[in-house]
Amino acid sequence: MADASGVVAVQSNRRSASRYGLRFVALGYLLVLLAAPVAMVFYRAFQHGTGPIWRSLTSSEARSAIEVTLIVAISAVVLNTIFGVGAALLLVRRRFPGRHLLDVLVDIPQAVSPIVVGLALILVYGKFGFFGSWIERNGLKIIFSLPGMVLATAFVSLPLVVRSVAPVLAEIGDEQEQAARTLGANRWQTFRRITFPSIRDALAYGVVLSLARSLGEYGAVTVVSGHVVGKTMTLTLFIDERLQNFDQTAAYSAAVLLAIIAMGSLLISRRLRTRSRSNS
Amino acid sequence: MSPLPSSALAVDASVPTAARPPGVRPPAWWRARSGGSAGGTSLGLGLVTLYLSFLVLIPLGAVIWKSQSNGWSEGWHQVTSPQAWAALKLTLTISVGVALFNLVMGTVIAWVLVRDDFPGKSVVELLIDLPFALPTIVAGVVLLSLYGPRSPAHINIAYTRTAITVALLFVTLPFVVRTVQPVLIELDRDMEAAAASLGASPFLIARRIILPNLVPAMLTGTGLAFARAIGEFGSISLLSGNLPFRTEVSAVNIYNQIQSDNPVGAAAQSTVLLFIAFVVLFALDRLKRWGGRRG
Amino acid sequence: MSIVVRNVTKTFAQFEALHDVSVEIPTGSLTALLGPSGSGKSTLLRVIAGLDTADSGSVYIEDRDATLLPPQRRQVGFVFQHYAPFKHMTVYDNIAFGLTVRKAGKIETKTRVNELLELVHLEKFQMRYPAQLSGGQRQRMALARALAVEPRVLLLDEPFGALDAQVRKELRAWLRRLHDDMHVTTVIVTHDQEEAMEVADEIVVLQDGRVQQVGHPSDVYEHPANDWVMSFLGPVTHFGDLLVRPHDLDLAHEPTDGAMRATVVRVTRLGFETRVDVDANGVPIYAQLAREATARLNLEPGTVVYVRHARGEPVPVAAAVGASWRPETESDEPPFD
Repeated sequence: MADASGVVAVQSNRRSASRYGLRFVALGYLLVLLAAPVAMVFYRAFQHGTGPIWRSLTSSEARSAIEVTLIVAISAVVLNTIFGVGAALLLVRRRFPGRHLLDVLVDIPQAVSPIVVGLALILVYGKFGFFGSWIERNGLKIIFSLPGMVLATAFVSLPLVVRSVAPVLAEIGDEQEQAARTLGANRWQTFRRITFPSIRDALAYGVVLSLARSLGEYGAVTVVSGHVVGKTMTLTLFIDERLQNFDQTAAYSAAVLLAIIAMGSLLISRRLRTRSRSNS
Repeated sequence: MSPLPSSALAVDASVPTAARPPGVRPPAWWRARSGGSAGGTSLGLGLVTLYLSFLVLIPLGAVIWKSQSNGWSEGWHQVTSPQAWAALKLTLTISVGVALFNLVMGTVIAWVLVRDDFPGKSVVELLIDLPFALPTIVAGVVLLSLYGPRSPAHINIAYTRTAITVALLFVTLPFVVRTVQPVLIELDRDMEAAAASLGASPFLIARRIILPNLVPAMLTGTGLAFARAIGEFGSISLLSGNLPFRTEVSAVNIYNQIQSDNPVGAAAQSTVLLFIAFVVLFALDRLKRWGGRRG
Repeated sequence: MSIVVRNVTKTFAQFEALHDVSVEIPTGSLTALLGPSGSGKSTLLRVIAGLDTADSGSVYIEDRDATLLPPQRRQVGFVFQHYAPFKHMTVYDNIAFGLTVRKAGKIETKTRVNELLELVHLEKFQMRYPAQLSGGQRQRMALARALAVEPRVLLLDEPFGALDAQVRKELRAWLRRLHDDMHVTTVIVTHDQEEAMEVADEIVVLQDGRVQQVGHPSDVYEHPANDWVMSFLGPVTHFGDLLVRPHDLDLAHEPTDGAMRATVVRVTRLGFETRVDVDANGVPIYAQLAREATARLNLEPGTVVYVRHARGEPVPVAAAVGASWRPETESDEPPFD
């Protein structure tokens, strides 16, 4: 339909006024709350050129923070991707008692405060937690060590891959998969050659979301980490630590780095989502 | 980038299932051949359940269990202790206010994004999702730079309740926008044209035709925003100074309880937060179903 | 005259939907705006309703200049192809909407709505929501809703297009009866020439944003203004330089005055009629004959026959088009390449 002129054909003054009014309110709000502060942070960070930023981010603490962040985030993403694809396949392609329950459970992490996540993990995997003694006896260390941080990060980003893949799976339907099976493909072949390519973009989208979320987790990680500089300090914890030591430059540098990563992931994920939509 | 929960089962009806007459169960060999094998499902289900249990369910269960490990009354006592109670009241009041404010602003923004056009709209679209993507502590730094002690605009809200409000407005901004926007896009424009031909003014059309169709999405977004707000930590702790009884929210108090080795207190408050969040989301689920019945 | 449209032009981006269109709709009539998609018929209807504004020209509704009036003030009832129901309201509230807007009293509203519910046979459904109705029921509700405020003019935009063939036929007949009872000036947009001819008092044929012909259904069918109108309204075939109706061709074994020599290519029985495809010096022609005529002639592929144009009004094929146009193709597309 070529009509774009809307309902009221006549442009009355009243209507333009309300249109500009709404636009002003919306954009004004976004400016004050979002755009201006973000611009400010970039300005502050780059105020004295990129030199100080580079120095801050290449210090040994920063570099190890980046390293720890990457290890933790990637591990969490890998775990959640496997889980995510499996859960999506189950929820969409299979019927079983408790299916709706599973659907609801997957969303739980969204409603849990990050601090509570940390507490919950400590209560189970900490020294005095449920499995604490078993863990100690086997010489493992989960809380205050990397595994605990991986768990915390995996917790908070749990639903992301499922929720990206499931709708696409549902939308494309299983007819192609059925066709493949009638032609003799077994389950793994069907998945690898039929299902997977069709969800590839959606999966990529979910992974990017998941990665961005995992790189940026703070609250849950701050509880379960030992805050040991160089060992269990992620970039977000690094920012916190630097601020507490009045090292604004380093804090701002890391903040800007994470902000850029966040924006980049938004751009990429948006492109992936459009591509996934147009393919299905 | 809005990982808002949309039930995987929402598109239930469109998922084709092997046609079979009601009440007749296909023999095992047929099931195995068609790939709907019970074995594969069970294994997958088992693994998924295991993962979910050890990562999410057992830990959350532990929180609830811990809060009553010295008895329910002790748990309750912890929650109602003056400082914790003050933090809870503060958290809930500000969260409700913020959720409602962003309900209005979110709807306005969604409207402007869908029905209006201006240069730079695509930038705005992208910007909206930023609070979703930004680490909470970075959000805190961002707000601090403009509205903190060294603000060039000489607006310093650090150590005030306003700081909490601003931080929460920031992190909950995209929720209502992203739930309302798709509904607005899908809205049948002919409905508005029909209402106009029947004599309704643009204002009346907005109030009686458009808005009622947006209400479910608005409620969902607001509920999600509220659930997020009551648990927020990173951005608030940076801006508000966490002054007990003045600018300390529940999440911060819980953190302090953990640090000062009071797990029961921490668990009890956590249980309260969990309970509130689940009640809100459960109510939303009910609401969506009720709305769905009306088409 | 209920509606007078003068020299209306409307362009969307680069696309000219209406070009200098002038139309007069008599009061109390049921007029069909007939044309293929892209002909401008829906645009014209929306301009009359005020849902779109013309770039130039004027629209008069019952002698009042409505050109710049918003749809709220034109007192037109509009029915959409996809019904546009207020999904969140019951059938009752949908129909009552126009009255609620006018702040009519509760009793008054109830009386009127019940009247209409009876008229469209939806009394038992008044508390249901549109999602719980069938397509035909929704359209009847939409009609009742439009009629509730006693519009001066009723405009229907392909109202039966989204319905099953059977429902379409029923509602078509029902609309005609309704119009006969109520005599509201009605304009219906359709691309279905059968529908237009069955239902309308007068047909306005549109193509490419221009009026091609206006007239009674039989008029437009028997005396088409040009070859495009002729082919749009019914089957056509070539006869020399002329366009004729296949029904109007006679076949004989012996040559007669004005007859053309041709060879039978294929004989297809279509129930009560037979279609005979012949080849006249490389030009394909087809005739549609009654069953007895075919039996009498005993036609086989390869038989030589003489084709004569027996009755009806042929139209000369537009010189610009020439032989590049194949009238036997099923599409409604314009003949120009």
